[in-house]
Amino acid sequence: MKIAKQKSDFATPFTLKNALSKGNIFTRLSAIIMGLGNMASGQLIKGVIYLAIEISYIGFMLTQGLYYLKMFPSLGYRKEGEVWNASKGVYEYVEGDNSVLLLLYGVVTIAMTVLFIYFLCDNIKSAYKAQYFKEQGWKIKSFKDDIKDLFDCNLHKFLMFLPFTGILIFTILPLLFMISMAFTNYSDIGNHLVLFDWVGLKNFVLVLGLGGKIGKTFWPVLGWTLIWAVCATFSNFFLGMILAIVINRKETHCKALWRLCFVISIAVPQFVTLLIMRTLLQENGAINTMLINAGLIKKALPFWTNATWARVTIILVNCWIGIPFTMLQVTGVLQNVPAELYEAAKIDGANPVQIYFKITLPYIMFIMGPYIITQFTGNINNFNVIYLLSGGAPQPIGQTAGKTDLLVTWLYKLTIDYKYYNIGAVIGILTFIVLSIVALVTYRNTASYKDEEGFQ
Amino acid sequence: MTQNVKMEKTKRTRSFSSARKVKNIIIHVILAVLSLIWLFPIFWVIMTSFRKESGVNVNYFFPKHLTLHNYTRLFTDTQVINFPRMFLNTLEISIFSCMIATLFVLCTSYCMSRLRFKMRKPFMNLAMILGLFPAFMSMVAVYFILKLAGLTQGGLIKLALVLIYSAGAGAGFYIAKGFFDTVPKSLTEAAILDGCSQFQVFYKIICPLSKPIIVYTILTAFLGPWLDFIFVKVIVGANDQYWTVSVGLYNMLEREFIQKWYTSWAAGAVLVSIPITLLFIFMQKFYVDGLSGAVKG
Repeated sequence: MKIAKQKSDFATPFTLKNALSKGNIFTRLSAIIMGLGNMASGQLIKGVIYLAIEISYIGFMLTQGLYYLKMFPSLGYRKEGEVWNASKGVYEYVEGDNSVLLLLYGVVTIAMTVLFIYFLCDNIKSAYKAQYFKEQGWKIKSFKDDIKDLFDCNLHKFLMFLPFTGILIFTILPLLFMISMAFTNYSDIGNHLVLFDWVGLKNFVLVLGLGGKIGKTFWPVLGWTLIWAVCATFSNFFLGMILAIVINRKETHCKALWRLCFVISIAVPQFVTLLIMRTLLQENGAINTMLINAGLIKKALPFWTNATWARVTIILVNCWIGIPFTMLQVTGVLQNVPAELYEAAKIDGANPVQIYFKITLPYIMFIMGPYIITQFTGNINNFNVIYLLSGGAPQPIGQTAGKTDLLVTWLYKLTIDYKYYNIGAVIGILTFIVLSIVALVTYRNTASYKDEEGFQ
Repeated sequence: MTQNVKMEKTKRTRSFSSARKVKNIIIHVILAVLSLIWLFPIFWVIMTSFRKESGVNVNYFFPKHLTLHNYTRLFTDTQVINFPRMFLNTLEISIFSCMIATLFVLCTSYCMSRLRFKMRKPFMNLAMILGLFPAFMSMVAVYFILKLAGLTQGGLIKLALVLIYSAGAGAGFYIAKGFFDTVPKSLTEAAILDGCSQFQVFYKIICPLSKPIIVYTILTAFLGPWLDFIFVKVIVGANDQYWTVSVGLYNMLEREFIQKWYTSWAAGAVLVSIPITLLFIFMQKFYVDGLSGAVKG
């Protein structure tokens, strides 16, 4: 029902099906010679542009693309080295295949082909549109009109072109590349860093199975990631909210001063504060030395060397970082709670606790709902806090992940330190799956997604 | 009789108010303690940056001797760690990436908010899905792509970093879109009736009304390169000519530098924090305005 309505918003008679069944010979021929239909109907420049796209695509495919497509299934097999050249009587250096490059070029070629098919369809539709306009005796849009449209009814095409190209090249393409890596044996294991092959779902079995070393690491890391995300999100939210409410009370003096004290910590760059915390809390760091000198403890507290200590410390330090953010946000919300609500509640004889649970909390939750979800997903991917504070330590010898490593930091270690690119890619995909489950269930139920025009 | 009741009442309010006073005092004490906890690490760096005695671990808060040497050293001792160059690198990268990123974010968020076209919902879903992939997952792939384009050598590294920070910015349109959503539709409709094209609506009506969110976008985009260090670390690697401030500071704490450079590290951290703190204080106003909508009720 809803989908049908959406479709009708943008319904147009100029579809591919109509074009191919009702179009004239030029329109149909556009499927082979792009731009022909437009040229036949008098849109010369547009036709030439389509033709140029086709020629450059075919040129690319003939010179390079076909080779890359041919190599894509095998990802290369020639080893680099010296080969005996009998006719010259010398050893010749032969540059072998580089699987990474072949994989990347293959992905690029496929992406370009998809793009080309899009232009092809667009071209046929446009040819049919021009033909239809000509038959009806309507004015056919000149190139100048098309340019003008770019600033008016087609403004989105003009404004979105560059940003979308950027996203395509720097976000989508790398992502596709990495996802395809998950299905290869591109890894330092077995020395597959230059030449590698497709291995199907083997890596997923390796990670998800409990048999191997990787599998035995994966489940504990996933568990800690989820525990961390829940603890970090809710400790920040509730403590931050309580702090905001306490400062916002009528009886609290110097509200601005208190807020300033906490807000200063936001302004200092996070990597600076995290590095300070790390050095302060080291085994022979300032906190330990001060506590020992004061006679409060005898031995240094194992902030980063004991797994449980490290985990608790990280969550506490994260509170130090996160609470001011929540406080700032909640303060903004609190100041917007309609005063009538409180007055009405007071007249009805509600006590402060009731007022809090019946008015303040629901109001905050209503506004901050999406914020909590973003915080949660952000925490699952919270690289900085873990990497800068503990670096995953304590790390048992012979293991790839430490006791405080999240999936993201483990992913980083696997790819950058160990060069297990394929396993890293699998972890990335699994992280994505975990996150999308959280997001799909919650985002789509938030008011701002359902009712984005509520304010207009 | 009535007198008795009155006395009872004042007694009760008095005990009530004294309980309240105690409660208030307790709350203020707790706030003070918390503030101390929050301020302690920050003052610790500031104190360390003025400390004359070198070394990492000292067991006292106030330095025994104060000095400005840690600051001057950052700008004079540039043999191993060239702080001024890192600073300029970061400045260049952040200025250019900020310009591109702001343009991209404003363009996409305007399209998402105000224009209705077939690919709008799919694009919004796509942006949401892309946001769920860990950023580091594609980092290696980005590196390979940049290498293919020949952008990982020499001065082009800076261009590569600018592109990394700005090219994908279009996907982060949510906050600005939320702002544009609050500009009343009647304004744009009136303008279109008066003969404005959609583009004119964008830059003649929406942009002037959206100063808070534009400033907010500019500042967040500008801050990106100052705060991120992981991309620089991977892309630039050991090529310290192109380090940014954050990588430089991170590396000062590596084992070979930490003993000699710790106090200067603190000085560098303070120097970086000052402009960011100022920007933040400046931004906070726009942040609140930006999130609360364009037209005040």
